[in-house]
Amino acid sequence: MSAVDLTQFHKTFFEESLEGLDAMEAALLALDSGSTDHELVHTIFRAAHSIKGGAATFGFADVAAFTHVAESLLEEVRSERRAVDAELIDLLLRSVDCLRAMLARSSSGQPVADADSEALRGELVRLVSGEVATVATVVAPKAAAVSGWDIRFTALPHLLQTGNDPLRLFRELQQLGRLEVRRAFVVDRAPARLADLDPSQCHLGWELRLHGAVARGDIDAVFDWLDGDCELVVEAVTEEAPAAVAQPAAATTPVPAPAPAAGAHPAREAVVAGEGSSIRVGIDKVDALINMMGELVITQAMLSDIGEHFDFSKLERLREGLAQLERNTRELQESVMRIRMLPIGSVFNRFPRLVRDLERKLGKQVRLELHGEHTELDKTVLEKIGDPLVHLVRNAIDHGLETPEKRRAAGKSDAGTLTLDAHHEGGNIIVRISDDGAGLNRAAILGKAIERGLVSPGQEPSDEEVAELIFAPGFSTAAQATDLSGRGVGMDVVRRNVRDLGGSVGVKSVAGQGSTFTIALPLTLAIIDGLVTAVGSERYIVPLISIVESLRLRPEAVRRLASGGEVFHFRDEYLPIMRLHRTFGCAEAVTEIERGIVVVVEDDGRRVGLLVDDLLGQQQAVIKSLEAHYRRVQGISGATILSDGSVALIVDVGGVVQLGRRHKAA
Amino acid sequence: MAKILAVDDSVSMRGMVAFTLRGAGHEVAEAENGQLALDVARGSAFDLVLADVNMPVMDGIAMVRELRAMDAYKGVPILMLTTESHTEKKMEGKAAGATGWLVKPFDPEQLLATVKRVLG
Repeated sequence: MSAVDLTQFHKTFFEESLEGLDAMEAALLALDSGSTDHELVHTIFRAAHSIKGGAATFGFADVAAFTHVAESLLEEVRSERRAVDAELIDLLLRSVDCLRAMLARSSSGQPVADADSEALRGELVRLVSGEVATVATVVAPKAAAVSGWDIRFTALPHLLQTGNDPLRLFRELQQLGRLEVRRAFVVDRAPARLADLDPSQCHLGWELRLHGAVARGDIDAVFDWLDGDCELVVEAVTEEAPAAVAQPAAATTPVPAPAPAAGAHPAREAVVAGEGSSIRVGIDKVDALINMMGELVITQAMLSDIGEHFDFSKLERLREGLAQLERNTRELQESVMRIRMLPIGSVFNRFPRLVRDLERKLGKQVRLELHGEHTELDKTVLEKIGDPLVHLVRNAIDHGLETPEKRRAAGKSDAGTLTLDAHHEGGNIIVRISDDGAGLNRAAILGKAIERGLVSPGQEPSDEEVAELIFAPGFSTAAQATDLSGRGVGMDVVRRNVRDLGGSVGVKSVAGQGSTFTIALPLTLAIIDGLVTAVGSERYIVPLISIVESLRLRPEAVRRLASGGEVFHFRDEYLPIMRLHRTFGCAEAVTEIERGIVVVVEDDGRRVGLLVDDLLGQQQAVIKSLEAHYRRVQGISGATILSDGSVALIVDVGGVVQLGRRHKAA
Repeated sequence: MAKILAVDDSVSMRGMVAFTLRGAGHEVAEAENGQLALDVARGSAFDLVLADVNMPVMDGIAMVRELRAMDAYKGVPILMLTTESHTEKKMEGKAAGATGWLVKPFDPEQLLATVKRVLG
């Protein structure tokens, strides 16, 4: 049995190395903000140490070489031979970035070291006091002239207590050559009386001769663990054997280092993403699942027992059993869904670093506050929410928060506060990014909007409408696009990304007091609570979360517009009516508005009324992708299978509202 | 075959060690730091303990010291999994009562050879 396939551990190694780098980064940032906690240094050291060990074990030599130098530097810090300063933290943070990139390249099988990593390694090497010389042990050539060795081996009393056993040593020596025990003796210090003898102490010694042309190094290897546990004299029987010599290899030549761009984390996702990505699940969640499973088995046994000997006296028990089955199923479903849930902290954790880099770059002071890191989100949502959040945080610091001078002039503290908060609210996860900066600049936004033709001059839109403008495609207010926010992605992309996750994003802003962006995300992408509606012979499911109200309209409540559109009065505004039978082309549907039901739905604060024939009830729907089986359809987010086995389509409220608004505008 | 306790905070390293040893027919228990290893060690007897040095909560050195203080583990072989850059750690481990060490990086063959060396 040999050839254990080590590649099966690579993914775990990459994942835990990235986690280690995250921990390292967090600890470095804590040190940077003035913490003197010694445990932080240990954490950093341990992370580097583990990555080095793993990289070397799993054959990533370049990663191992890089971490080796970083570890040497950290060892100096740990043993307090080197002070921690901003420069050192900078260098180590760049090393973290570099290692992330190296791991990404390792995982995709590309060449691992590149000019940047080599340059950074050179910098580290230069900083480490003395040379980082790898000591290469040159094993002496087998001395043919040696015909054997005399070994005098005397155990020290505590030898057995270290778990070492003289017999093992003899066995090993025997594998090198023929072993002859010439004399065994009791050491002088042994107690004279048997009663005083402690069996855990060893008082024996041996004179051995090992026959054969054995290398001295091989004998040393047998005794290598016993340094300090025995007295050992080894003499060549005939000629003296050359001992193993150690000579330092040439020190690595320092390479001049160009400063790589700070703050970019190109590699973070690249490594772990990909098809067969795995998930780490707390054992409590698995236990809950197994528990549920047990309950389900019991219920099933009970039901099949009723079924086998059924008569009507058992009807009540059957009902109970079915109710229990329903409960079990729901709990099992919740437990299974919980497995995909991960804390948002893993996304929040990248912000201290980002904020630090931005502070330096923009000359602003930012106090970052994180709340609700333990709030759990579906893994897929979590993976995709990172970029929009990064964009919003960048924007808040770049455009929202003012420079210390401006803040002082406005009577605020020098440092602006940026708060990230995540919490549950109804069936949603709400993530808020708020700053206490200048707020949205109404004049600048309006000016830009007029320039872009989004608003006609002379129009006086409300503050809310102005705020909405920043989400318009291609909109950007910065006088000159900075390299931070102006990367060609605007708020429209943020909104689209959030919408793709079934969520929404909005902004509230008060001039001079700051802005708050609110992202609402679904708990999970896989299941929604929906209202089943009938349109002709078809069934459409409207996500419950988007429904404001359902009502039956009287004929006189409906106004017809010249454009052919229909609107109705609802809570101080006129909402367009969308006839779903027309939108989706359903035959035999109710066409008189007063005979059907209007479901008022909302998306991003915009409402429309959907005309359906009837409401059939509430149901949880497991979303099946329509694209995977058919193709993308505007206004439809997926399909599901109803309890009677028929297929129902799930209405994409955002898409439908867009369609409706277009009708109204037309 | 032997009952072995593998202690390492790195999931990949621990996985590799456990997988290799199980493949060779050993019974392997795992623990991710010294403290948990002590709990496991109290619960059942092991023929060999393999432990990483650098671990959070309780490191390998402290763990060896604690194990040696337990009657059941006075003479049980304990090997430290260590990196060569830490000669002083080897000595510290020995002083705490470790039997020997296996230098990282090692491959499955080296691991099995070393385990065989200790267990005979």
